[in-house]
Amino acid sequence: MHHFIDRRANPKGKSHGNRQRFLRRARENIKDRVDRSVRDKSVQDGKAVPVDGEQVTIPARGLQEPRFFHGSKGGNRRHVLPGNKEFVVGDTLPKPNGGAGQNGRQASEDGEGEDEFSFTLTQDEYLEILFDGLELPDLVEKSLVETETIGTRRAGLTTVGTPNNLNLVRTMRNALGRRIALHRPSSRAEEELQSEIEMLEALPNRSDAQEELLAEMRARLESLQRKRKMVGYIDPIDLRFDTHVPEKIRKSRAVVFCLMDVSGSMQDREKELGKRFFLLLHLFLARCYEQTELVFIRHTHHAQEVDEETFFYARETGGTIVSTALDKMREIISDRYPPQEWNIYGAQVSDGENFGNDSVRCKKLLLEDLLPVCQYYAYMEVVEEDAEDLLQDLSAGDDLWQNYRAVKDQTEHFAMQRVAHAAHIYPIFREFFLPRLKGGQNA
Amino acid sequence: MPEAKSGSKLLFEGPEWSFALLEKARDAIEEIALNDLGLNLYQNQIEIISSEQMLDAYSCVGLPLMYQHWSFGKHFARDEALYRTGRQGLAYEIVINSNPCISYNMEENTMAMQVLVMAHAAFGHNHFFKNNYLFLQWTDADGIQDYLAFAKNYIAACEERYGIDAVEEILDAGHALQTQGVFRYGRPPKPTSQELAAMQRVRDGYAGSRSLLDIWTDATLGHDSAETPKDAPQAARRKNMNLPQENILYFLEKHSPVLEPWQRELLRIVRMLAQYFYPQKQTKVMNEGCATFVHYYIINELFSQGRLSEGAYLEMMHSHTNVVLQPDFDDPRYSGINPYALGFAMMMDIRRICEEPTEEDRDWFPDIAGHDDWRHVLRHAWANYRDESFIQQFLSPHLMRKFKLFTLVDDASQKDLVVSHIHNRAGYKAMRQALAQQYNLAYLEPDIQVTDADLSGDRRLILTHTVRDGIHLDEANKDEVLKHLRRLWGYEVTLDAVETLIES
Repeated sequence: MHHFIDRRANPKGKSHGNRQRFLRRARENIKDRVDRSVRDKSVQDGKAVPVDGEQVTIPARGLQEPRFFHGSKGGNRRHVLPGNKEFVVGDTLPKPNGGAGQNGRQASEDGEGEDEFSFTLTQDEYLEILFDGLELPDLVEKSLVETETIGTRRAGLTTVGTPNNLNLVRTMRNALGRRIALHRPSSRAEEELQSEIEMLEALPNRSDAQEELLAEMRARLESLQRKRKMVGYIDPIDLRFDTHVPEKIRKSRAVVFCLMDVSGSMQDREKELGKRFFLLLHLFLARCYEQTELVFIRHTHHAQEVDEETFFYARETGGTIVSTALDKMREIISDRYPPQEWNIYGAQVSDGENFGNDSVRCKKLLLEDLLPVCQYYAYMEVVEEDAEDLLQDLSAGDDLWQNYRAVKDQTEHFAMQRVAHAAHIYPIFREFFLPRLKGGQNA
Repeated sequence: MPEAKSGSKLLFEGPEWSFALLEKARDAIEEIALNDLGLNLYQNQIEIISSEQMLDAYSCVGLPLMYQHWSFGKHFARDEALYRTGRQGLAYEIVINSNPCISYNMEENTMAMQVLVMAHAAFGHNHFFKNNYLFLQWTDADGIQDYLAFAKNYIAACEERYGIDAVEEILDAGHALQTQGVFRYGRPPKPTSQELAAMQRVRDGYAGSRSLLDIWTDATLGHDSAETPKDAPQAARRKNMNLPQENILYFLEKHSPVLEPWQRELLRIVRMLAQYFYPQKQTKVMNEGCATFVHYYIINELFSQGRLSEGAYLEMMHSHTNVVLQPDFDDPRYSGINPYALGFAMMMDIRRICEEPTEEDRDWFPDIAGHDDWRHVLRHAWANYRDESFIQQFLSPHLMRKFKLFTLVDDASQKDLVVSHIHNRAGYKAMRQALAQQYNLAYLEPDIQVTDADLSGDRRLILTHTVRDGIHLDEANKDEVLKHLRRLWGYEVTLDAVETLIES
């Protein structure tokens, strides 16, 4: 008798289906809050979303479960309460304001009526909602690069194979079915008959009837044994083997080049905006590819590949020559990331200043060397918060902006935007990656 | 307090539990439950689960086999948030009214807690489920697990076939009417043999093909020969539809002009589960009182047999005391009368009345005062009452004094609240009456009935809310529920409030 069952090993997340239905239902509200939270989020610790999830509070609108129940006001009610201290019959107490009386039993069952509902989204759910509706650009025009490796996958059962692939369960099941169908005598039937015969044989003197019976039983035993020999316990036709077929496994990987101007004109505010942008890009691409790598290139009048920490926080002084960074990117691509194996993305942040006529060289580098091997290249220019004219008029701008506009006119998979506030980043990011139905629409 | 004998017979030592220890403890508890208390039990199936799984079970009204719906996801999200931030603990156990009786124990519990929980759920609640008349008459402990499995699969199949939105729409509407989906007084009308056969045919088909979702449609059933002729008088029409009808879900399932057969089956599932839970709502005080009394008796018995260490006994008593705490009305922790506290106190009081009756008890309870077998008296009470009648019958003046009960009257026409009764000779009877009323679900839940539906005319569905003591429905919720109701009925629905002027 089993009184106890250990269920701890049962699969977790039994209520996963319920949760999905809940998120689906509250999607709009959640999306709204997630967008807002990413806009206001500070990116101090290098992670936009905590691993253990993100607390969101959404309006309970649409999540109510209405019921018929008595209102909390009016009428003639009696409450029996415990803990009387000094009351005697006829004492009066002032009515509490606006509540359900001191006795809260008329309040709704579920704490409904609360206007807000708080819960925790996991990191995956958060990102899923954050990037909802976004797509990799140019999926159609430029096929994604995939590397192929050969793996194996199970492909059902066959009747031939090597012993190590024998599928015991199926084989034994076939054997059992065949034995039943062909009425193979069981070994117990044989043993019983045998022992009966032995019993008869052991008798010192047998009657005629017994002799007859013995002869008949011997004949039966013989036919039984013959049948057992003919209908084997396991026959070659019972055998089943697992088979595996080779399969091409496609794997896609991406590298994101983050290029940033760190010359003196780029202050903390500009860098912070740049960082938000790179973070979003990284989070988004990491969801689209199995493997994503980041390359950080910073430049002043010369470019260096650096680690993340240095990239965002180290200070550097010097002039500004943007083309050095593009050169560096080209160099790294030819060294480490052959375009036939990697999906290459470029993202550049700058304040728009450049030295002399270097911008012309940038345009040339982009058009001839980089854009042909990139899936996508996004340029973000950080402008002063009060630079209304620049934000309004996209044709205005410095040398670099003008040259990039020329690039934009010639290529589809190049995008450029201006930002001044942290709140601009996310909408602009979404614009970059919205499914492009009618060709490029921005800038 | 019973004295502990010198202990070589200890069931366990230390806080760690193991399956062998649980088995041993269970046997010891069973010995007392069967041979001393004389309980009558379903076979137990005790399952050990993690806190995560407990949260799962929580959100699905305690039934792990429950069908899927967003509201359970919402409850899970809320409970999880409360639990993770430490604002709410988890119950130590959940027990299901089924045969075998399934109870869930958390793995985080110490051995002492496991023993307490087992005595409470697997023996106390178990006995109550198996013997109380409400459960016997209204629930099917043998069939509930199968029915839940059927419901879950059926709803999943509907989602696949008609889409999640379509199913959600009906379930949302059904849930909104859940409290109006039970038969309170009359037995549910038995399906006719014709209906039963059609249902069986369809369910067989469902089990076989897992895709055929039609239930007894006109096609499978043949046309309703008793359909009302156009000019039938109102009385005949109402009789034909079993009106007035308190079970709105039942009425819609049978008579809604717009629902598809599978939608009717969904409503049926919702109302079957509402009916299944209805006895639990009516016996909260008794059920918890019974379970708490049983665990209290058993652990004391185990301790006096020397089978529990003092440490374990104190841990159990500590937990027990927390459970039966009743804060005063002006205490910030007060949130209504604690069913554990009231139930347990009443069970202990009944035992006291049997064993050491006072003169007052002999006046009030001539039948049981000085009764020579308190076990029998308690078992009889557990079997034959629900909260309302139990309080009406057994709440003693002694207990009313102990709880220092008093009655507050909140009359809309008066400026202030008035203390109408306190725990004295003049107040006992009225106060007992008022407290019992507080547990009368038929009084607590609004009385709403389907009174008319002119199927051959404008098809307006008319509901009547019988207002008692001038207490009306919550307006915002009422409007929302009516929207759901219109969806299920397909035509105009009106809800009239009718004041009753009985009572003083």
